[in-house]
Amino acid sequence: MADEQKPGGSEAPSPPAGEGAKPPAKPAADAAKPPPPKPAAPPKPPATMAATPWDSALARSVKERFGDGILATSTYLGQDFVVTKPDSAMPVLEYLKLDADFDYLVDITAVDWPKRAERFDLVYIVYSFPHNQRVRIKVQIADGFEPRTATGVHLTANWLEREVFDMFGIRFAGHPDLRRILMPEDWQGYPLRKDYGILQQDVRWVQENLGIESGQ
Amino acid sequence: MPDTFLDSTELILNMGPQHPSTHGVLRVILKLDGEKILGTDCVIGYLHRGVEKIAENRTYTQFNPYVDRMDYVAAVSNGLGYCLAVEKLLNVQAPPRAQVVRVILTELNRIASHLLWLGTHALDIGAITPVFYCFREREEALKIFEQYCGARLTTHAFRIGGLQYETYEGFERDVKEFCEMFPPKVDEYEELLTNNRIWAGRLKGVGILNGDDCKEYGVTGPVLRAAGVKWDLRKAQPYSGYEQYDFEIPTRENGDTYDRYIVRMQEMRQSVRIMEQAVEGIPAGPIMGKVGKVIKPPVGEAYVSIEAPKGELGYYVVSDGSTQPYRVRVRPPSYINLQALDKMVRGALIADVVAVIGTLDIVLGEVDR
Repeated sequence: MADEQKPGGSEAPSPPAGEGAKPPAKPAADAAKPPPPKPAAPPKPPATMAATPWDSALARSVKERFGDGILATSTYLGQDFVVTKPDSAMPVLEYLKLDADFDYLVDITAVDWPKRAERFDLVYIVYSFPHNQRVRIKVQIADGFEPRTATGVHLTANWLEREVFDMFGIRFAGHPDLRRILMPEDWQGYPLRKDYGILQQDVRWVQENLGIESGQ
Repeated sequence: MPDTFLDSTELILNMGPQHPSTHGVLRVILKLDGEKILGTDCVIGYLHRGVEKIAENRTYTQFNPYVDRMDYVAAVSNGLGYCLAVEKLLNVQAPPRAQVVRVILTELNRIASHLLWLGTHALDIGAITPVFYCFREREEALKIFEQYCGARLTTHAFRIGGLQYETYEGFERDVKEFCEMFPPKVDEYEELLTNNRIWAGRLKGVGILNGDDCKEYGVTGPVLRAAGVKWDLRKAQPYSGYEQYDFEIPTRENGDTYDRYIVRMQEMRQSVRIMEQAVEGIPAGPIMGKVGKVIKPPVGEAYVSIEAPKGELGYYVVSDGSTQPYRVRVRPPSYINLQALDKMVRGALIADVVAVIGTLDIVLGEVDR
């Protein structure tokens, strides 16, 4: 089946039986009426999140304490977050836990923005049982930067950081046991990076361990 | 006789991934001294399907059915969490009628999930009878799902913005009948187990996790409440109109396996209470909010979490303004609760590992995603 071995993970449905490999013909009406050329509009700035500044006692105290380490304190849809410099994330997390009662690390995750110089957003979500409040800490880091582990602050971070490492290839400095957790240990590549295709596999791993051709 | 003959060295014992009491494909490597556990290492990922990757390659609507396949015994809760997260990004709310139906189905699913837990947990401990009773009542809950949306397990019951289907004729009657039928059945289970000496002997004092440890490990749900922390997202940060209902958060003090059993049993009774109130006043009106056919949230991000049967289930959704989510992160309660296994079984016996895995109520579909 030549169609199924097409690389690149195209999502287009395969042509229905009978038509063969012929590309579907365009309706004549579309071809007859080309869209009128658009006047050259000024390029739109890329849309950004319409976050508003977050001002509260907590935001002020964090800013006061960490000064330049805090890049922004914002809120969007009623959810507050702090953007910090890479090195300040851990002190902020520690401060929030010890001095502001954010005693529960809900999640650590990452978002890949391959076109940006600081490629990854590293996101920590913390919650305070006494104050019933949730805050996110966001850090922008470059590929290859090794953020400090949060395992010294919250034990939860162990598996969460292992998963971030597994999926994005972000190594956490000082992590006690940084191994892959969901993917096989000798798998090559980091699946949740944007340049990793949806159909992509570690061909060699699949052949060696499953004894089948991966189809790629 | 040479000393080395009875040399006691550490023994490594492999448990799973094909093992009846690991509830799926969990592999635990146990380090043993005799029968005492010195340490564990969980090997997971056998069921990894890359759900978060799939999300980035589907539209918001197309991804909706996939979430059911994570915690497949509580598919309705998964769907609710995802829909709420996208609704938050869109800044819309489901209409009141949809919210009430959502609450009824979610609570029904909580009961179904807890029943599956109870049946299999008891089976692991060696009590064969409860599993038949539990599946008998679970069937009644699944029948309501099937009548409502055509599916029993992976229900895909909700849509972003509300509900796809109007309730069927007789929905209220079926729910009321279930609410009437079910509490005596819980009494029946409790009669079998609660004061059973073998049951108590196997569970009391086993796998203790106190409140501080729970917070440190991020453990939520019944495990946290059994350790004396009165915290439930339905009360702490109500969603879908949970603030309208009168119910209690059952808690216990000891944080052992027996207390977690008691907490879950009481939670089932509270779920019935919520359903009874909800079904009495299902408001009339539309079932879909103002959501376009093409879902295209503005650029932004939101984290929304709900109280799933296993604990805090969160969705962190990032939108780049297109029709496909830029990133969907699932905060799976099973995955994070499982991390505490090591802490809970250290120093215990192999048989206790079985009890503790059961009491954590993990679903490997959600652990591995």
